[in-house]
Amino acid sequence: MRRIPTKRLAAIACAGALALAATACGTSSGDGDGGPKAGEEQGGFTAPDVPMLDKLGDMEGQVNILAWPGYAEDGSTDKSVDWVTPFEKETGCQANVKYFATSDEAIQLMKSGEYDVVSASGDASLRLIASGDAAPVNTDLLTNYGDIEDFLKDRDWNSVDGQMYGVPHGWGANLLMYTKDVVKPAPTSWGAVFDDASKYAGKVTAYDSPIYIADAALYLMKTQPDVGIENPYALDKDQLAAAVDLLKKQKANVSEYWSDYLKEVAAFKSGDSVIGTTWQVIASTIGDSVDAVLPEEGSTGWSDTWMIGAKAPNPNCGYAWMDYITSPKAQAAVAEYFGEAPANTKACGLTSDASFCETYHATDADYADQIWYWTTPISQCLDGRTDTECTDYGDWTTAWTEIKG
Amino acid sequence: MLWLGVAYLGALAALLITSLWTQDDFTGTIQRAWTLENFRTLFTVEVYRTITVRTIAIAALVTVVDVVLAFPIALYMAKVASPRLQRLLVIAVLMPLWASYLVKAYAWRGMLSADGPIAWIASPFGLGTPGYGLVATTITLAYLWLPYMILPVYAGLERVPDSLFEASADLGGGAWTTIRRVVVPMAFPAIVAGSIFTFSLSMGDYIAVKIVGGTGQLLGNVVYDNSSTANNLPFAAAVATVPIVVMLGYLAAARRTGALENL
Repeated sequence: MRRIPTKRLAAIACAGALALAATACGTSSGDGDGGPKAGEEQGGFTAPDVPMLDKLGDMEGQVNILAWPGYAEDGSTDKSVDWVTPFEKETGCQANVKYFATSDEAIQLMKSGEYDVVSASGDASLRLIASGDAAPVNTDLLTNYGDIEDFLKDRDWNSVDGQMYGVPHGWGANLLMYTKDVVKPAPTSWGAVFDDASKYAGKVTAYDSPIYIADAALYLMKTQPDVGIENPYALDKDQLAAAVDLLKKQKANVSEYWSDYLKEVAAFKSGDSVIGTTWQVIASTIGDSVDAVLPEEGSTGWSDTWMIGAKAPNPNCGYAWMDYITSPKAQAAVAEYFGEAPANTKACGLTSDASFCETYHATDADYADQIWYWTTPISQCLDGRTDTECTDYGDWTTAWTEIKG
Repeated sequence: MLWLGVAYLGALAALLITSLWTQDDFTGTIQRAWTLENFRTLFTVEVYRTITVRTIAIAALVTVVDVVLAFPIALYMAKVASPRLQRLLVIAVLMPLWASYLVKAYAWRGMLSADGPIAWIASPFGLGTPGYGLVATTITLAYLWLPYMILPVYAGLERVPDSLFEASADLGGGAWTTIRRVVVPMAFPAIVAGSIFTFSLSMGDYIAVKIVGGTGQLLGNVVYDNSSTANNLPFAAAVATVPIVVMLGYLAAARRTGALENL
């Protein structure tokens, strides 16, 4: 695997220390001159010089949206779940939605330059900025930006040197889902899919992406202090080997890995899978036969950002979408459907379940900091260690192929 | 012909060139610097050898299963069935090709699922479905490529003159001896011709594995994962050269049997 030049890595390490709110080199906000070129304080991470939109023009009539499943519903999944049609009526922009299954797929698709906006998780956003595929976002053009929770703005994964590269969308945790009739007693620990997975041999499922290694690392962090993991995205060679070992043992009990969420829905409905990692939207789609819980070890999770493509063919409709999707009404609909905390907490007054935002801790910045958000692992350890080199995403990709065998 | 050369060989050449490049792990940008790094990874990391061997084994197994299933069907069609029935059987064999590949693969996913028909039929005997995995992959691929084996074998058997069957019988050969000593040797090039289809199609398949393969992965999946999800096109290209090399070897061997004239 090819390494990135060290100087640049140091920069990315600082900029990429996602989820770690207080890093010495964290982005400083509000200094006024936050141009994309001013990256020196971040240790040399220089975002490519991509122009930012100054003012809005005429709508192009269409917008190409790249989204996580469940983020742009137009009523075709469920007639009552539709926030895309109101957007089209309001703005006259025909929305062409494509769902992607993994962050890697999103990056690959964004490289085509055909998409205007993308809902990028923390393990994708910085890579899109670094490769010049995402443009800085002029937040003055967005009417709803002011209502977004402050603890989501100017974070390491959505901004470079105070310049926002997107609009925060929402955040949440990866959950443990199980079939209620089969899995008894109800699991409370990720151990149910790791150390105790043999109890449901051949019926366990897991997420098919290298980033899933972090789930195993998180479990090791909580159950085996000897391994010394401080951050599931900062693994040295030995720690990665320990996580890989755990996942190889798990594989003996896995029925299949899922990346297409509909495949997981089908597998739980037919009984081919009975326990495994999931998103709230999957559990909601399957219905009452399953339950999804946040295990006691905590969880990995996501904090998503709507970003605009550097080569976006329809930038005005793209901005219109970013503004619309962060409006209280759309945020309430998408957050409740997907099962995540909305970034715009004005949505809390509009959810059908009045206590929704409390359940998801939408305004609780401390809780939000406890989730280990998806982050791209890089060779500069994200947990601040300097005496060792950590494994990067390329190593994780190779390890994931080895785990699957 | 020129068109074919440019479009087909050009694409292959582009593939080979790409496999000599590398990519930036973080941004996924391709870096156009010549290196054999991808091939070094391919040959030194053990998992890729395991996957290559597994892929060849599955492709060979699918081919064997298809030969065993196709030969009696083709023999019946060519030598036993009436002309009317013969036409009906040819249509019946071709009919599955009208349906989409995905529909057939998902049909097998349904068949093999824990609450599917196979589990239902097998449960009174204390058995279950084989579940999703390499067995399911072999079954599905063997089903998908069966027509490609039946048709060349049928065509090959049609060319065996009836008089040879009579001559064999006159000389005291029973049905088995006739098939073993007369029919199979004459149909062998046709069987090899069919096996080129079943073997090469299985070598490159990744969709059926994704649908019914459970946790298993074949070379096609490694290519797919590297190109579509890991963004590592150069390495995907390097992996893709493996089936090409295997197929070139297979075709060279097939040529010696005279099978290529049977296509």
